[in-house]
Amino acid sequence: MTIFVFCIALFLIGLYAIVTKRNLIKIVIGFALIEYSVNLLFALIGFRRGALAPIITKVHTTHNFVDPIPQALVLTAIVIALGTTAVMLAIALRIYERYKTFDISKIKRLKG
Amino acid sequence: MSIIPLYFTIPLITAFIIPLLGKISKSLVWIVTTIVSFALFILALYGVTLTQETSMIVYKMGNWPPPLGIVMAFDSFSALMVLVISIIVFTGCFFSLRYIAHYTGQWKFYTLYMLITAGMMGIAITGDLFNMFVFLEIAAISSYCLVAFGVDAEELEASFKYMVMGEIGGLTFLLAIALLYARTSTLNLADISNTIQGNGMNSFFWMILGMLLFAFSIKAALVPFHTWLPDAHPAAPAPVSSLLSGIFIKVLGIYTTARIVYNIFGLTRANAPTFFNLLIGLGLLSIAWAGLTALKQKDYKRLLGYSTVSQIGYIMIGFGIGNYYGVAGAVFYILAHALGKGLLFLTSGAVVHRAGTRELDKLAGLGESMSTTAWSFRFGALSLIGLPPLVGFFAKLFIVLGAIKAGLLWLAIIAIGLSVLTLAYLLKIENNVFMKKGKMAGLKKAPFTMRIAMVFLVIVMLLTGLGFQTLMNFIVGPAAHALLRGFEYAQLVFGSFALNF
Repeated sequence: MTIFVFCIALFLIGLYAIVTKRNLIKIVIGFALIEYSVNLLFALIGFRRGALAPIITKVHTTHNFVDPIPQALVLTAIVIALGTTAVMLAIALRIYERYKTFDISKIKRLKG
Repeated sequence: MSIIPLYFTIPLITAFIIPLLGKISKSLVWIVTTIVSFALFILALYGVTLTQETSMIVYKMGNWPPPLGIVMAFDSFSALMVLVISIIVFTGCFFSLRYIAHYTGQWKFYTLYMLITAGMMGIAITGDLFNMFVFLEIAAISSYCLVAFGVDAEELEASFKYMVMGEIGGLTFLLAIALLYARTSTLNLADISNTIQGNGMNSFFWMILGMLLFAFSIKAALVPFHTWLPDAHPAAPAPVSSLLSGIFIKVLGIYTTARIVYNIFGLTRANAPTFFNLLIGLGLLSIAWAGLTALKQKDYKRLLGYSTVSQIGYIMIGFGIGNYYGVAGAVFYILAHALGKGLLFLTSGAVVHRAGTRELDKLAGLGESMSTTAWSFRFGALSLIGLPPLVGFFAKLFIVLGAIKAGLLWLAIIAIGLSVLTLAYLLKIENNVFMKKGKMAGLKKAPFTMRIAMVFLVIVMLLTGLGFQTLMNFIVGPAAHALLRGFEYAQLVFGSFALNF
C-alpha cells in the first residue's frame, strides 16, 4: 500500500513542477515525472510476490503468475508518452526560436 | 462482415497513405481526403439505420469475447456522434482546399486531419476504457500539432498552453484507469459497469469518478478549466477551429462524461442528486462566465472561442437535469452546436482569407462584398441563439422542458435568460462586420469551395430544424434512451454473446 502512495506522491511532484516552474523544459520534465509515476503504478498493480513471468507452460500451471495486462498497457502508455514529449519539446524549441526565451512569464502575447 | 471498425480504420489508413500521395500532387491529397470523408458520412448514415434495428452492435477485435478482448460497442448515441463527426469533417475538408493553400507541407495538414478523425471516431464507438485513452491521445496529439500548424509565435504559445492543460487531463485519465484496474481487474466498460453494479458506489468509485470528471472537464473546457480554449481554437486554421469547437471537445469531454456517468457508473438523478447538481453548477458557471467574457472580445475567432465555452455549459446542464427531456435536449444540443459553431468558424475562415485580419474594428463593410458568408453567419448565429425553426431552438426547448419536468423552474428561467448573452455577443460580430458600412466593402467573394461548404452546413441546419420530429424519433430520441438505459448497457454488450468460457 505504501508503495502506491509513493507513486501518487511522484505524480503530485510532477504536477507541482508543471504548475510552479517557469521554464518550458522543466515543465516538460514535470510531465515526464507524471508519466513515470503512472507507468510505475501500472507495473506494481500487476506485481505478485513470488509469482512467475506470465508464460504459461504445462509444467508450471499450478504456480501463480504475474498479471500481464498492466505490462501491455505500460508499453502502450510509454509509446504515447514518447509522442507527447516529442511534440512538446518540438513546440518548446519552436517557441524558443520565436521568443528567444524559455521563460513562460515572458511568453505572453495572448491575452483577453 | 461488420462495418463498425471501418469508422476508424478508414481514416487511419488514409492518414498514412496521404504522405505517399503528397509526393505526387497537392490537389490529389485534397481529393482523396474529401472522398474519404464523404464515404465516412455515407457510412455514418448507414450506421444510423443499423441502430434502428438492433439497439447495440458489438464487434470483437480479433474475435476475443468481451472481458478478455477489446470490443467496439455501437449504440444509438455512438451512431449520432459518428454522424455529427462525419458531417463536420466533410465540410471542414471541403473548406480547407483554398484556406490552407498558402501553407507549406499541405499533406501534413491532411494527415493530421485524418488522424484526428480516426481518434474521435474511435472514442465514439469503443467499449474499452484503455482503448478510449489511446484514441483520446491520438486525437489530442494531432490537435496539438494542428493548433500550432501556422508556427507563428502566438500559435505556438497557444499550442503549448493547450498541451499542458490537455496532458494534465489525459494523464489524470490514465491514473484513474490504473486505479480502476487495480480494483476491478478489467478494462472493459461493460465489465466495469457490472462490478460497480455488484459493489454499489463506495468512496473509492466516487474518487475515480471525480478524477474522470476533472480530466473530461479539461477536455470539454468547462469554466474553471477553460483557459486553454480561447487561445487554442482561434490559433488553429479555420477548418480545424470548426472541427475542434464543433465536435472535438464534445467527443473528448462531453461524450465520455455522459457515457461514463450514465452507462458505466449507472448514476441517475434519483441516486446521486448532488453529483447531478454539480454538473448543472459547472454548466451555469460556464454559460455565465464565458458569455460575459465573450462580450469584451475584440477578435472574431476569440469571441467565438468564448462562445463555445459558454454553449458547452448548456449541454452540461442538459445532462445534469438527467430526465429524458434533459438528456434528449443535451444530445440535440451537441448536434445543433456542432452545426452552428462549425458554420460560424467557417465564416471566420472566409473572412480571414479575404480580409487578412480578425480584428472586429477593422472588418466593417463585409456584408455587401461577402453576402454568402454574411448570410451563413446569420443562419448559424440565429440557430445558436435559438430562433425557431432552426435546430438550435429545439435543442434549447428540450433542455428547458426537461428542467421544468424535473421541478427546476428556476433553472429553466435562468437558462432562457442567459441566452440573451448569446444574442449579445453574436450581435457584436453582426454589427461590426456585416451590418456596418466600411472600407472592406470592395473585397472579392469567398472562394467557391468555401461557399459550397458553408451553404452545405446551412442546408443541413435548415433540414434538421424543419425535420426535427423525424430526427427526434430516429436519431436523438434513441440516443437519449441509450444513455438513460444505465446499467442495461452492460447486459446488452454481454448479451450479444453466449458466454462459453
